[in-house]
Amino acid sequence: MRIVAVTSCPTGIAHTYMAAEALEQAAREKGHEIKVETQGAAGAEPLAAADVAAADAVVFAADVEVRNRERFAGKPLVQTSVKRAINDAAGVLAEVETAAEQGAPAAAAPAEPVADAAPAPATKVDQQAGLGTRLRQWLMTGVSYMIPFVAAGGILIALAFLFGGPEVANKVDGGTFAGVEYPGVTDLSQLIVEAGWAGLLFKIGATAFSMLVPILAGFIAYAMADRPGLVPGIVSGLLAVEIGAGFLGGLAGGLLAGAIVIAIKRVKVPRGVAGVMPVVVIPLVSTLVVGGLMLVVIGQPIAALQEGLTNWLDGLSGTNAVVLGVLLGLMMAFDMGGPVNKVAYAFGLASLASGNLEVMAAVMAAGMTPPLGLALATVVRRQLFTPAERQAGEAAWLLGASFITEGAIPFAAGDPVRVIPSLMVGSAVTGGLSMAFGATSRAPHGGIWVIGLVGRPLAYLVALLAGILVTAACVIVAKSVGRRAPAEAEPSAVPTGSAPAAG
Amino acid sequence: MADLITADLVDLDLTAADRHEATRRLAERLQVAGRVTDLDGFLADVRAREAQMPTGIEGGIGIPHARSAHVTEPSLGFGRSPGGIDFGAGDGPADLIFLIAAPEGGGAEHMNILASLARRLIHASFKEALRTAPDPDAVVNLVNKEVLGQ
Repeated sequence: MRIVAVTSCPTGIAHTYMAAEALEQAAREKGHEIKVETQGAAGAEPLAAADVAAADAVVFAADVEVRNRERFAGKPLVQTSVKRAINDAAGVLAEVETAAEQGAPAAAAPAEPVADAAPAPATKVDQQAGLGTRLRQWLMTGVSYMIPFVAAGGILIALAFLFGGPEVANKVDGGTFAGVEYPGVTDLSQLIVEAGWAGLLFKIGATAFSMLVPILAGFIAYAMADRPGLVPGIVSGLLAVEIGAGFLGGLAGGLLAGAIVIAIKRVKVPRGVAGVMPVVVIPLVSTLVVGGLMLVVIGQPIAALQEGLTNWLDGLSGTNAVVLGVLLGLMMAFDMGGPVNKVAYAFGLASLASGNLEVMAAVMAAGMTPPLGLALATVVRRQLFTPAERQAGEAAWLLGASFITEGAIPFAAGDPVRVIPSLMVGSAVTGGLSMAFGATSRAPHGGIWVIGLVGRPLAYLVALLAGILVTAACVIVAKSVGRRAPAEAEPSAVPTGSAPAAG
Repeated sequence: MADLITADLVDLDLTAADRHEATRRLAERLQVAGRVTDLDGFLADVRAREAQMPTGIEGGIGIPHARSAHVTEPSLGFGRSPGGIDFGAGDGPADLIFLIAAPEGGGAEHMNILASLARRLIHASFKEALRTAPDPDAVVNLVNKEVLGQ
């Protein structure tokens, strides 16, 4: 077994080194490999990053705060006092062995915070593979913190639709629904008067939903860089929402924020500055840098992309309706609330306003299949999903039925390369079929609850069902490929790149 | 740099009522040798460290120690107490007492010497040799050999 340890005591001239020596001795006797960082008065020789990455477990034998402990995030950890390490190093190592064994299956439960996450696989020390595993752990950490927001917000919105009718969204936010123009609520104290209790549910749900991407980005960065990652991560998520970059933008922002914090912490600073690093310098600099990148480097291309896509779709009007439905389906499922999805949805709204009700029907149906297909997949092949994902799957039924496409984000954010293409195929089938059947919708949202406003409802349901089945089948196949046991972190199957995040 | 320890700093028959007195006995030797400038100031620093957590280690070892402005160079005072003196270890009194004195803001070289001394303390062979050392010079030679490699 490979172990890394940090020893640290108040004065830093005696116990720190005795504990290090005791741990090294005991490890040698047990045949373990150990590297110890002595954070004492002689100046700490930091552990090599490669040693930390390869370690199966971490020991803190410390009576004072371990410096830069976030380096060890995600590793099985045993914390003890320096004295215990000196007096009973063998006992400490026995605990380490237990912790390392228990650490492995934790990969199957990413709902647990990072401290319990799995170690890097010890069998093959492939630098590439290590990164893939860690990338997945980072994403899953963000997802596990995001899921309650999706569930709470999504279900509140769905309930608001159920009790108040889908027009409740327009009563609160304004806009046109089924030919009626709503001004929207400008003074929140009048919320219940103007939009009713359903309006209250909708407003609360929408607020919880607005935190979805910031929380995802914040906790991806948190998983990478510990607490200092939280501020730049959350800010990058908020900015991703503002520039319309959606959850993929938040994913990229979170990874970027985490990487920037890690990079800043590598900079060696004089002792005097070191004290204000975590409180002032790191949050300030990392937030400034990631915020600037989001607004300038990512924001502009996204705006340009949306404009280009919109023009392209406008040019397609009048061509083959089925092809248009397929394209809209692909776009709706690509980023679920992100820039591409928004273009497709806006195209649906514009078509609705100009009297083309078929496009709206195709767009809405294609936006419902991702959560519904995933919900079906979690029921049919439970073992392919983490416990957190299975819970998300339960909520996804209601969210999908309500045309809340975001219900699919927890799945897509945790495993984008497998999930997103599967969702796109299913939505393309539904979009194409809906257009082929000539189904129409006079409602811009509301999902299954506005079936009364849908023309050719039976054909519409057939299109929907077909997409759900295709989505579920594709997800199951994609998740089964190259992954025998989902409980194990599967480094090789997860590409290292952030290619999907760049979209 | 002067030696970490000299024969003057070794007391092979240390008797004291408690750990504070034992520490004072050894500290007096450091003061006489000119390594500690203010005895009471230095003892206050040691006591402050001891108050954070007793420095006794299982296996009969006490390590009162401090980084102090009243210390001129890294020094080790060594006492052997046949009767044993309680240093707060879980398994009983200490018969080997190491008073480690480090100058405030000591350079890395100083600290490295003390670090390697601390590392030797947990080696059974080192402790055994100290217990059977016949005279102060033997202790000095042992420390020099084990810690400084001389």
